[in-house]
Amino acid sequence: MKLKELVEALSLEAKTYKDGLQKEVTGAYASDLLSDVMANAKDGNIWITLQTHLNIVAVASLKGVIGIIIVGGRKIPEDVLKKAEEEKITVMTTSLHAFELAGRIYQLLNPNYS
Amino acid sequence: MPLNITDPIEGSFQLIGGNFAQAGEASTQLKIKLSALGVDELLIRRAAIATFEAEMNVIIYAAAGWLNYHITPNCITIRVEDMGPGIEDIEKAMQEGYSTAPEWVRELGWGAGMGLPNMKKNSDTFKIDSVVGEGTTVEMVINFP
Repeated sequence: MKLKELVEALSLEAKTYKDGLQKEVTGAYASDLLSDVMANAKDGNIWITLQTHLNIVAVASLKGVIGIIIVGGRKIPEDVLKKAEEEKITVMTTSLHAFELAGRIYQLLNPNYS
Repeated sequence: MPLNITDPIEGSFQLIGGNFAQAGEASTQLKIKLSALGVDELLIRRAAIATFEAEMNVIIYAAAGWLNYHITPNCITIRVEDMGPGIEDIEKAMQEGYSTAPEWVRELGWGAGMGLPNMKKNSDTFKIDSVVGEGTTVEMVINFP
């Protein structure tokens, strides 16, 4: 599934690097522990988190994570958005919380799972 | 792409304690370097994770440190030396989930007790030496097949 389709289906707001919406999503990883993401996120994944500080961009970039979805309607600092744009990471926001968002994304990525 | 390494390549980065904005710079630079040398993607990823975790430890715990790398046709060696508090019980520090990080660092999502285990997991050889009150040195080797 293209990131664009996912963004539209869940009414996410893409804040940075909109070119990235054309990328294919390989899966998702949900965690607020950065070392956990470094250990377990995969290339082409999107990352669901409530963390909004600068290090999330570096972790995403290093792991080949194409997008970060910030949950719970949290505000993202300007320097983080700027860095994400530079690093070509699509940062998105939602008012949904992690559990709800992860559930919906799981369903979208695994339509045959019941 | 064949490995484009003939002579050993060396480099270093200075790391400043508390400078979270700098986190990931050394690992990103190293990743770019290894990529240009034609190193396998999976090995680059392992080196980048190990380096990032090592950077974080200096930034979180130490006053300052140096990260040196040495690349040969056979392997990459990453050595990180810091002027930090040192580790009292290395065996404990190597356990997944054990951390002495302060609360505010944990709130950033660091300090989950995964840093050193991640470094070890991603290296073929992992050595750690620490003197309380002086600092810690970590040496990691990732072999090229």
